[in-house]
Amino acid sequence: MVSIPPLSVQNASVTRNGKRLLGPVDLEIMANGLTIILGPNGAGKSTLLRLMHGLEKPSGGRVRFAAPRAEAYAQQAFVFQTPVMLRRTVLGNLTYPLTLHGTKRANAEKQALIWLNSIGLAGHEHQLASALSGGERQKLALARALIRAPQLLFLDEPCANLDGASTRDIERLILEARNTGTRILMATHDLGQARRLATDVLFLNKGRITESASAESFFNSPKTPEAQAFLKGDLVL
Amino acid sequence: MIRSILTAAALFASASTLAADTLKMAVTTSFHNSGLSEILLPEIQKDIGLEVQLIVVGTGQAIRLGEAGDVDAILVHSRKAEEAFLEGGFGTHRREIMYNDFVLVGPSDDPAKIAGVETAKEALTAIAVNEAPFASRGDDSGTHKMELALWNTAGIDDTKRGTSWYNEAGAGMGATLNTAAGLNAYVLTDRASWLNFGNKQSLTLLFSGDPVLFNQYAFLPVNPEMHPHVKHDLAMNLENWLTSARAAELINSYTINGETLFTFNAEQMLKAAE
Amino acid sequence: MLEIWQGIQAAFWLIVTFDADLYEIAARSLFVTCSAVAIAALVGLPLGAWLAVSRYRFRRFVIAMLNALMGLPPVVVGLVVYLMLSRSGPFGVMGLLFTPWAMIIAQVIILTPLIASIAHQSIRDLWAEYHDLLISLNTTRSQRIKTLLWDSRRALLTAALAGFGRGIGEVGAIMIVGGNIDHVTRVMTTAIALETSKGDFALAIGLGFVLIGLAIAVNLALHVLSGTEVRDRW
Repeated sequence: MVSIPPLSVQNASVTRNGKRLLGPVDLEIMANGLTIILGPNGAGKSTLLRLMHGLEKPSGGRVRFAAPRAEAYAQQAFVFQTPVMLRRTVLGNLTYPLTLHGTKRANAEKQALIWLNSIGLAGHEHQLASALSGGERQKLALARALIRAPQLLFLDEPCANLDGASTRDIERLILEARNTGTRILMATHDLGQARRLATDVLFLNKGRITESASAESFFNSPKTPEAQAFLKGDLVL
Repeated sequence: MIRSILTAAALFASASTLAADTLKMAVTTSFHNSGLSEILLPEIQKDIGLEVQLIVVGTGQAIRLGEAGDVDAILVHSRKAEEAFLEGGFGTHRREIMYNDFVLVGPSDDPAKIAGVETAKEALTAIAVNEAPFASRGDDSGTHKMELALWNTAGIDDTKRGTSWYNEAGAGMGATLNTAAGLNAYVLTDRASWLNFGNKQSLTLLFSGDPVLFNQYAFLPVNPEMHPHVKHDLAMNLENWLTSARAAELINSYTINGETLFTFNAEQMLKAAE
Repeated sequence: MLEIWQGIQAAFWLIVTFDADLYEIAARSLFVTCSAVAIAALVGLPLGAWLAVSRYRFRRFVIAMLNALMGLPPVVVGLVVYLMLSRSGPFGVMGLLFTPWAMIIAQVIILTPLIASIAHQSIRDLWAEYHDLLISLNTTRSQRIKTLLWDSRRALLTAALAGFGRGIGEVGAIMIVGGNIDHVTRVMTTAIALETSKGDFALAIGLGFVLIGLAIAVNLALHVLSGTEVRDRW
């Protein structure tokens, strides 16, 4: 089993236009599991994921990797809430990350076709990605993120706009990735999804991590009043 | 496909170097617009195997091109500018080839009544007195210089040429004739340009024949001591041809609508005749 | 009005009688402008993409300059190129003045800012869309530029066609640096200027119609070609 390079966030904060969006935050990501980041809208869930992935620069503190930075980023992948499709075919979207890193086109297409089968888009390979439905796009985005077998996968509310069937497909893919050794951090505000997937939970409120616990202990005995309210379904302000 | 593109590219790019002997000569628009060059150039090619490439510009620019060494010879018609060119050491010598004449053209109803006068001076005075519209080249060309000289002899300097009737086109002969046709104005033009001009509208030839209106063309090779790359030998070949009996015959017999345009007047030099 | 009708007739007869001079100058027009567009695109498209993905201090200034240079007066470009290529100028020894190469050089200078600026505008929009994804995929800057150029190639075709349109109709610069020499540097626009100065409006406007037809034909041909290529894929 490969040891996943641990990632740590040290006293990091993100401020934009004088407004603090996140932090200060301290966090260590251990090698295994599927961490769900919970919290109300605007709590800083996306910002935290983007900070760890290098899409946001910390205004203070830092993000550290055990591996050299470039190598660490190369072993990460990110799926956005609204999938970004390249203006290419379905096949072109899937082969893109592979050919970027020097995989021969024929090999890349072979791998891509296997993935298309497993996300139920076989036969659509020459269709434009922009012509897919929302659920199909998100599955394609997830497959594109997984095709290079990342060690660390960030998911930013990937099912926020999807129907039940698509959500079920996405969750299946996420669990398969987890079972093949991909470390996953996923933001959601869907409590049911959190219960189905989480091995542990981070609870964010107003830019700070107020609770970090195993899934079992978080859902059975939340410690902070905000988390208790959130789990009961009350508004957290 | 790619090969044919490359072939085409080579064809266009080498058009100037493909022929064995090519010579670049700056000529004035008035010479070119006469159409004489279309008669002479093929004959030159046939007789002495020289391809003459014409850069058609005003006298001022032709002289600048010669000074810069961008052409091998110039054929212009402005004596003062030619002499300054020689004094600057830019040309080896000046050889007179032929002359044509300038004419005054104007609206057919002739509001200034210049049709009956004796001299060019009287004609211009009549135009100024009547403040009849006049179109000037205004581009420092040989024709423009001739026009200014005529105004000066008539004692009408630029302070007396009111903007209400005196219009500077700042353009070549053809464009100025177009302006005159549009404004129904008088204009000084060389006879060749006038005869070849296709947009006469109500303009008509009103005055010609005064000897001061004769327009001498001269050939000036660019000095190879100043610009070693110029093709002086070819320029001399061309000069010999332009001053030959064969050129004389072609130039003197060139007519438009039955009118002779140019009179050959090159003097045979003993040196060149050998 | 009569001239326009005569011009249409002149254009018709020039084309159907396969007038050799007409085909020669039309081919030379295409050669000069297509070469200039190709070189300007080779420089301008990557430049536009690079400007879109790079963040540096004088970025706004450089982009404003580029937009201003889109309107570069051809006659000024012609004069500057003339002074450069003149035997008395710094590049005089190359003997390029009054050749088609000089005309191509002048047009490259006119077209590059135009193509770069239009390319920059469309690539900037695509970059806003792709930004997070391409950063996330850990792309290098040159990979980003390549991806953006490839995925916006239809917009870039429009940029190249805008360049072609400006080049094929341009007369001020090529007249000065080409010299309008018959069979050497005469192209459609300089021939039209020449016929106009002779007062032969019918022929001038006839050539004008041929030129417009040429521009339309090139545009249609490129759209048809790219259309078959992109019917079911980008």
